[in-house]
Amino acid sequence: MNLFIDGLLWIFDPAHYGGTNGINTRTLEHLGISGAVLLIAIVIAVPLGYLIGHTGRGRGFIIALSGGVRALPTLGLIAVLGLSIGIGLDAPLIALVILAIPSVLAGAYSGFEAVDRRTIDAARAMGMTEWQIVRRVEIPLGLPLLIGGVRSAALQVIATATLADYIGGGGLGHYIFAGQQTGDYPQMLAGSILVVALALISEGLFGLLQRLVVPAGVSAGRPRNVRERSVRASAAVGS
Amino acid sequence: MTPYTKEISMFAAGRGRLVAVGAVVVGAAIALSGCASGDPLDEGSSSGETLIVGSQGYYSNEIIAEIYSQALEDGGYTIERNYQIGQREVYLPQLEDGKIDVFPEYIGGLDQALNSDAAGGTKEEVYADVEKVLPEGLTLLDTAEASDQDSWTVTEAFATKYKLTDIASLKNVTEPITVGGNAELETRPYGPTALKDKYGITIAGFKAVQDSGGPLTVKALVDNEIQLANIYTADPNIQTNKLVALDDPDGLFFPQNVVPVVSDKVDDKAKEILNAVNAKLTSSDLVGLNSESVNDKKSSEAIATAWLKKVGLVK
Amino acid sequence: MLLDLAREPTSWSGISPLENVPYILGLLGTHLATALPPIVLSFLISLPLGWLANRYRWSRGALLTVVGILYAIPSVPLFVVLPVLIGTGLQDPINVVIALTLYGIALMVRSTADGLESVDPDIRQAATGMGFSSRGRFWRVELPLAGPVLIAGLRVVAVSTISLTTVGAVLGIKSLGRLFTEGIQRNIPTEIWTGILLTIVVALLFDVLIVLLGRVLLPWNRSSKPAISIMAPKLADA
Repeated sequence: MNLFIDGLLWIFDPAHYGGTNGINTRTLEHLGISGAVLLIAIVIAVPLGYLIGHTGRGRGFIIALSGGVRALPTLGLIAVLGLSIGIGLDAPLIALVILAIPSVLAGAYSGFEAVDRRTIDAARAMGMTEWQIVRRVEIPLGLPLLIGGVRSAALQVIATATLADYIGGGGLGHYIFAGQQTGDYPQMLAGSILVVALALISEGLFGLLQRLVVPAGVSAGRPRNVRERSVRASAAVGS
Repeated sequence: MTPYTKEISMFAAGRGRLVAVGAVVVGAAIALSGCASGDPLDEGSSSGETLIVGSQGYYSNEIIAEIYSQALEDGGYTIERNYQIGQREVYLPQLEDGKIDVFPEYIGGLDQALNSDAAGGTKEEVYADVEKVLPEGLTLLDTAEASDQDSWTVTEAFATKYKLTDIASLKNVTEPITVGGNAELETRPYGPTALKDKYGITIAGFKAVQDSGGPLTVKALVDNEIQLANIYTADPNIQTNKLVALDDPDGLFFPQNVVPVVSDKVDDKAKEILNAVNAKLTSSDLVGLNSESVNDKKSSEAIATAWLKKVGLVK
Repeated sequence: MLLDLAREPTSWSGISPLENVPYILGLLGTHLATALPPIVLSFLISLPLGWLANRYRWSRGALLTVVGILYAIPSVPLFVVLPVLIGTGLQDPINVVIALTLYGIALMVRSTADGLESVDPDIRQAATGMGFSSRGRFWRVELPLAGPVLIAGLRVVAVSTISLTTVGAVLGIKSLGRLFTEGIQRNIPTEIWTGILLTIVVALLFDVLIVLLGRVLLPWNRSSKPAISIMAPKLADA
């Protein structure tokens, strides 16, 4: 517990703000890296995921690929990329984007997949074109799951972006590496606490977003609690 | 460690997925049981003539440790190896507890780790300081001539351009200097703050690269992403990439001569063997050893055996 | 076939991985010994936790938040701080096992909770009606029905754990991660690539193993139902 308090004290020490290693600078760097990674991952993975979800093709291959990427050791990837690309943000950025893509991809296609086929059939029967179906039915209905995927990716990226400063990419990982080599536990803890705090904020925001994007028509018709007794049961028991 | 190799080669022969799956499960189970009981640290104090030699998470240090190991084996000792321990916080207590017996250290690094107010100085001064703060049960043996020193290093082109010879001459540089090195370098007494306070040189920025002057740092220097880096003097990359380590006449950096730290279990005969090795280890030897590892990619065992034979310590 | 060395090699030699098979296999053995217990433990520990989250709805939010925090803790500091907290030696493999188990639990609890939640309440009622005790119902009805989601979660845990074990190399803990750290220091890209590819292959091997395990344990699930991705909360039927 002591250590935790030391870490907090380190964070609240005004001397640790300002300058290239200041908490404010490093936190913004960390957020910037994470944000950029997520944006790139979304741009790549969402259209791909939508395509797979809508056509139902290529699922097996993409799932296998995602599984392989999830197995990828990020530090190893940053190391080998760093040896060819050099220090700075480029190598960690590529590695983190690769890390983030599977979750966003899964979110995109599972969002589409979870849409009831009957709903899509009804849309087709109503005369919608494929493109309209995607735009007006699948995307809105799939939004909560997509956000869920992005939320998952965000958590992973924020936690793993600590590795960026291993090769001079900036971010909150700086405190962890600097602290580790000098045995400065409070600094290491401060860095970790800050990363965890960012992650929690991200989880909270995305969780909220997930609930907000459910189309009004869907939440109206859905039972609020899966464990709610169905009408049939209460009728039989008489309660 | 290798009983499961048979199973894995069966898999390679393509005998079917089930065999492969079964093989991995069996192999994992064997590995699990084998490794679970095989932790050398679990055995606590070793009996009789068995000594445990450790090394840092640094390939060069592992070569030196392997040299010590083979020299001691030649002297009749049984050696257990526990290499690539990443943290001083890990192996120093293990040395004290007798879980490691021999460890190759660098006199300056050891001093700074044990004494946060260490002031530096000559090799003898630093040695004396370490002896004062060394924990109970540990002994420092003789230093070697070989040292793996921190240094401020630039590219040859940069040195020629600004006629750089020693650290003070960095004053001649007219363009902004970005420094590269481990994150903790920024707060070290010989880091950028010393450049400013002692020599009046202000740097433009600091880029953290955690490979302790390794290939990532060297590449950044060569690509001119950083202009000044902390590269260890025994690094073969200095010669390969034609880098220039600036002279350090004022002793800004701590001397980093190789010195074995040993536990109480190490007897006089073993100490003699280790001191004999150190007496023969020169700085140029060390660069050569490192070069064989990085450029020729030889294993530390092969390098150690060859060197011991070359200097005549082992037949 | 393979040389029987008097002693296990401690460093890489040359360019080709084929020259270094004993060295690689030694690291692989330790890697598996370190990674497998956490996978099993996190599955076992997350069962009661998931059940708790499902049974007492108010605890669900709190539990999932705690688990979320756990997952966000960056791995290197956890490996360093944990021994201080629980008083083991820094290099003790038990450290890494505990840290990896914590991450495994963080990943697994959500799918355990979701899996158990996805069991139709009608079925639960039917089981009670058939005379199952609460305990019997859990083990013989709810758990098997939650099976597919649990298997999916276990796959993610296995793959992530095997990958995450490599991070311990930064502290000198023996694993395939040593191929990265040594490969960086000595500038041997083939060594790093060997480490990366081998980690992926081993992780995928375990993924396949768990799928097979799922097929064996849950044979009624052989139909080609679309696999629900691990982050998908179960949507009620429209």
